[in-house]
Amino acid sequence: MVEHRPWLTFLTHATLLLGMVIVIFPIYVTFVASTHTLEEIATRFPLLPGSHLVENYIKALSLGPRDVGSTVGQMMLNSLIMALGITFGKIFISLLAAFAIVYFRFRFRLFFFWLIFITLMLPVEVRILPTYKVAADLKILNSYTGLILPLIASATATFLFRQFFMTVPDELCEAVRIDGGGPIRFFFDILLPMSRTSIAALFVILFIYGWNQYLWPLLITSQESYYTVLIGIKRMLDVGEGQAEWHIIMASTMLAMIPPVLVVIFMQKQFIRGMTETEK
Amino acid sequence: MEKRVVFRNKLLPYLLVAPQILITLVFFILPASQALYQSLLQGDAFGLSDTFAGLDNFIDIFTNDAYLHSIHVTVVFSFSVAGLAMSIALLLAVMADRVIKGATVYKTLIIWPYAVAPVVAGVLWFFLFNPTVGIVVIVLKALGYRWEHTLNGNQAMLLVIIAAAWREISYNFLFFLAGLQSIPKSLIEAAAIDGASPSRRFWTIAFPLLSPTTFFLIVVNIVYAFFDTFGVIHAITGGGPNYATDILVYKVYHDGFLNLDLGGSAAQSVILMIVVILLTVIQFRYIERKVHY
Repeated sequence: MVEHRPWLTFLTHATLLLGMVIVIFPIYVTFVASTHTLEEIATRFPLLPGSHLVENYIKALSLGPRDVGSTVGQMMLNSLIMALGITFGKIFISLLAAFAIVYFRFRFRLFFFWLIFITLMLPVEVRILPTYKVAADLKILNSYTGLILPLIASATATFLFRQFFMTVPDELCEAVRIDGGGPIRFFFDILLPMSRTSIAALFVILFIYGWNQYLWPLLITSQESYYTVLIGIKRMLDVGEGQAEWHIIMASTMLAMIPPVLVVIFMQKQFIRGMTETEK
Repeated sequence: MEKRVVFRNKLLPYLLVAPQILITLVFFILPASQALYQSLLQGDAFGLSDTFAGLDNFIDIFTNDAYLHSIHVTVVFSFSVAGLAMSIALLLAVMADRVIKGATVYKTLIIWPYAVAPVVAGVLWFFLFNPTVGIVVIVLKALGYRWEHTLNGNQAMLLVIIAAAWREISYNFLFFLAGLQSIPKSLIEAAAIDGASPSRRFWTIAFPLLSPTTFFLIVVNIVYAFFDTFGVIHAITGGGPNYATDILVYKVYHDGFLNLDLGGSAAQSVILMIVVILLTVIQFRYIERKVHY
């Protein structure tokens, strides 16, 4: 700080605290609601956590909410499978593609590069129906393959790895060749270990991306056993004229937020790196 | 930039790019070209045959009041989300930049909503503003204000804007903070010695130097509000009441998936693709995201 101004320091902290309150308030209310019975929430909204935390969470995880037909435990598992599948799938195929584009000269190399670039411009949201039709023709509706496969092409990850590979000194590649090693050996012995930090940064971003997918699972899952937890929560809200089971919904919402939030908090350094390095 | 040292192998590079290219072809290029093709066709009432319709679907769309209304809604929504999220984030980033003690704590607590899914953000705010149990509604009622976003279009719009912006504060905050921290301290100190007040230093030094970050964030926020807020709308309003929050992406879903208007939905998809392409080009061509002087 350039000069000493006590009132300004006070104002600074006050604004930051206010900002944090705004950011945290919705989550706090959700948490409070998830620890009460429905009657307590519906009659007079409580401001402090209640005594039904364990009960509500166990009920959500094992019995599941009314009318959804799947437990939150099962749906969390589905979300986890989808998120990890998308994350590792994207990292895997992008590593390979970037390796090919940087370390080989072959026909159509630039064409392939641009083809991958185009995926950046076509999010699921803009090609809803035709993509659904392709998935239906391939008979991968209501399957983990259907949840994961269409989402694993990644221009972002390919570019990130390409950029990183460009900074790897040529001498390393030459050294491997002098030792009589081929491209496969170079990839596994040198490139992969060196890419660890990039992979970690991407992991955080992609895990959040995968866990938070909503529109695509909404389109292709009609069987309850393949619902992800986000779909499940939305289903719980659709009660028509009936009273929504707010205590269970809020417990499920808290559960749905836990994995990605934990990843962000515990891998904060990689998260910030990933966010500022991936173009968009 | 090209590598000097490369491997020579005829088959291997094709095998390496194959998975990425196959998925791109099957799930991106094929659907996109089908959308393009469908958008030129007109199905009959029974869905039995298609006839070539040229640009009729597009003409229909741009003369359709519902679509024009949806464009208007989307523009209002996107700019409000971008404006709200960015101004709050900038304020917090400027404050966090001043703080020495506890900076990490503030940072950690402000960035994590980024991990919250848009649909969950929708559910959280829907609960706060729920007409029967929402705590904010109860407080507003005590203050004599009626909150009925299920009936009042303006209130519904306000609610989806708040929910969508809330989630985006953290992203903007991180970039603004990084931008502020890369401004040389000597500039700020020189101005301080000349007697410039903190607010004057901000508006004449920091804010202009942040402009690359600001422009980058405007584009990113608009892209977010256009395409990633489906979950927010779906959870809170479902496009209602009376189409007050019917943004373009929601309309494509609604028309295509629920009303099964294939040609119309495909044409809408094509228009959205053009919008994404334009925004992506702007982002890559005209906006240098690294802050430099």
